[in-house]
Amino acid sequence: MSKISTNFTNILIPVFAALMGLLFGALIMLFSGYDPVLGYTALFEGMFGTPRAFGETIRAMTPLILAGIAVGFAFRTGLFNIGVEGQALVGWLAAVWVGVALDLPKPLHVTIAIVVAAIAGALWGFIPGLLKGRFGVNEVIVTIMLNYTALYLTSYLIKRYIFAGNEKSENIKESASLQSPWLSEQFGFSRIHYGIFIALLMAIVMWYILEKTTLGYELRSVGFNKHASQYAGMNVNNNIMYSMMISGGFAGIAGSMEGLGTFGNMTALTHFTGIGFDGIAVSLLGGNTAIGIVVSALLFGGLNSAAPSMNFNADVPSELVRIIIALIIFFVASSYVIKYVISKYSKEDK
Amino acid sequence: MDFLDILAIITTATLYTSAPLVFTALGGVFSERSGVVNIALEGLMLFGAFIGIVSTLLLENKFGEITPWLALLFAAVGSGIFASLHALASITFKADQTVSGVAINFMALGISVFAIKKIFDGKGQTDFIQNRIDKIDIPVLSDIPIIGDLFFQSVPLTSYIAIVLAFIVWFIIFKTPFGLRLRAVGEHPAAADTMGINVIKMRYTAVIISGMLAGIGGAVYAISISGNFSSVTIAGQGFLALAAMIFGKWHPLGTLAAAMFFGFAQALGITGAYIPIVKDLPSAFLTMLPYVLTILALTGFVGRAEAPKALGIPYEKGKR
Repeated sequence: MSKISTNFTNILIPVFAALMGLLFGALIMLFSGYDPVLGYTALFEGMFGTPRAFGETIRAMTPLILAGIAVGFAFRTGLFNIGVEGQALVGWLAAVWVGVALDLPKPLHVTIAIVVAAIAGALWGFIPGLLKGRFGVNEVIVTIMLNYTALYLTSYLIKRYIFAGNEKSENIKESASLQSPWLSEQFGFSRIHYGIFIALLMAIVMWYILEKTTLGYELRSVGFNKHASQYAGMNVNNNIMYSMMISGGFAGIAGSMEGLGTFGNMTALTHFTGIGFDGIAVSLLGGNTAIGIVVSALLFGGLNSAAPSMNFNADVPSELVRIIIALIIFFVASSYVIKYVISKYSKEDK
Repeated sequence: MDFLDILAIITTATLYTSAPLVFTALGGVFSERSGVVNIALEGLMLFGAFIGIVSTLLLENKFGEITPWLALLFAAVGSGIFASLHALASITFKADQTVSGVAINFMALGISVFAIKKIFDGKGQTDFIQNRIDKIDIPVLSDIPIIGDLFFQSVPLTSYIAIVLAFIVWFIIFKTPFGLRLRAVGEHPAAADTMGINVIKMRYTAVIISGMLAGIGGAVYAISISGNFSSVTIAGQGFLALAAMIFGKWHPLGTLAAAMFFGFAQALGITGAYIPIVKDLPSAFLTMLPYVLTILALTGFVGRAEAPKALGIPYEKGKR
């Protein structure tokens, strides 16, 4: 296939998958006795209809961008980081802890909280990286196991050390907060916060590391072909560790967005937030590229934040959104068929 | 409370909590032995729990006490069909099997809660079922002093079925032609193909069997433990079963032992308040234990776990 048609395919597949997801979503509504037009109108209104709705969409997309680039960064280097969920939880807790425990002037306090969150996430990512690099252990299983470990560990630590009652941690100090009354007012008093700028900045950082640095070149090279990279003199094992740590770092920042931006504390969770898993969907739909991830985070963030208003205004259960997201992943994953059809078609063309 | 009473509580609780894990993990053995990664166990289990509870609720007025058994059957069929989606994506469409599994997990949760809200007027959780799987005292065996009290009193029949099933699965996988073919397809599909084994068909069969067993596992959990269904009924049980399968090194009996051990860890979490040393430990550590152990097992600190060679690789004819 020529370069142009490859690019075309790269855009065609996600668009096709998203449309198929929405189409099947409409069919499900139709067959279970809901009005798909009403449902999708309510969903769209809930995403972009009012300044407040748009503010909430941006709020919801902020951690998803970061979770998406965490997953995408690992994907690009040949690793599957299912552990973004756990790394985000660890980062969330670390950020909140810094926000509660330290007393610093505003810009410094926020910055340190975010950096500590990134380090915490990176350490949680270091474990599967080390095990994969040194012992050849499959990172998928290890990260799943670490997700649960993180879930129970963070919950335990909150209750043991920074508990404020009602299943929540103490609130962070004002100086560590990303919230902005001014920004919130512009968007109809939604929970939008400064985190979106950090998320966008990190998307650029991801692009820069992968495309413009030697490290990124090596990491991608290991992702393409481990043995060739080894032969070319790269240290494959170290690269796997670096990749998981960078990915975990992004995930940790994703968690800090919830802690410092949206909630100002952390709940002693008994179930996953879903940020990490949504991150997989975001990254896949975005073709694992920075720009694609930002766009698909907008879609998924919007879907998630608009689900309750779709339920309220059109009576459609909000779980429809989960189904649509699942279908989109399913179709992106099954893109082999689409590629097959396209390649067949373009061969006949010649 | 004396030592024997405590022991009786723990063994009974272990048999209770491990049964769903054993069923589901054995399902995982089938799928992964054939070379298909099955992260979807969680979703398949969840779907089984959903079908199990809904069919019990809808049928129990008519069928009374046998309803739970019918529900298990429906759950097996339902999750088997659902698993064929995973098979379609990962075998025919050659999707990344982990990604497909993630999609199945999402979809199971979305569809079941969506349906619950549709069926029960917008409520996110179902009513409690009236008929659970009966606890039984096994005749004769339960009369044996001490051992009878520990292992054969007031335990749901499904727990024993799960244990027996592990031996049956072991027999199927290691002693029958079907099992040999299954393993061949998972280790070296090209060689198996050359010997006239239909790789695609074997893998489909294995994934569907794994769906059926995971469905039963989920339904057993819902019908014997939780008693109703909501979005949080199955939260991590499927991944725990996956862990048990790996900790058991993809071997049915090892898987049984691992699942029983994880069940034991859960049981300690439940009954820990009665036990002298354990009650001083934060229960979080007990809940974390299975996951940490699995990581250690994979790393080789607890005996190295080797996956089937062709695990996760879609089979393409003629590709070397």
